[in-house]
Amino acid sequence: MILARVVGQVVSTMKRPQFEGASLLLVQPESPHGKPFGATLLAIDSVGAGISERVIVVLEGRAAGEALGKRLAPVDAAIIGIVDEVDIESGG
Amino acid sequence: MQIGRVIGDVVATRKDGRFDGIALLMVQPLGAEGEAVGRPLIAVDSVGAGVGEHVFFVRGKEASFPFHPVEVPADAGIVGIVDHWTTQSGQRPAKAAR
Repeated sequence: MILARVVGQVVSTMKRPQFEGASLLLVQPESPHGKPFGATLLAIDSVGAGISERVIVVLEGRAAGEALGKRLAPVDAAIIGIVDEVDIESGG
Repeated sequence: MQIGRVIGDVVATRKDGRFDGIALLMVQPLGAEGEAVGRPLIAVDSVGAGVGEHVFFVRGKEASFPFHPVEVPADAGIVGIVDHWTTQSGQRPAKAAR
């Protein structure tokens, strides 16, 4: 799982049926110190996250499907938690 | 998943039979502000996307799930068409461009 920041929300009418009712959020991966890295990803949200919140994202198909609660869902990323705080040892 | 824009289609007559009847589209991944990020890739389409449309796609084995029980040997699949998306800088694609 990775830390990421919610940066956007996607609206889609035509999509695979497993996405019905799911929230689709754009997330920017970031380091524990808040530095963005890598490409912006699209994740399904199962915890009610909002724009600019810091979240935990699982990046694996089976786990993301579990989060969505649907069989054979074509997903590979899911927000599974909202971060309250990250404590990192100094220099980490 | 990632958002992207369909920039072309790919025609292959000779291919693994499990791809029969499935459209292969060239997709340019996009960042949150709509900028191109990384290299274009080929994705199978299960939602009827067309060239010029914004889409979202999944990577990995899950790309084959829409074709279940056929196990299509694909590693990327378009699973939705994007109407629009919003970031703190506004709505995209820009309304004038739609």
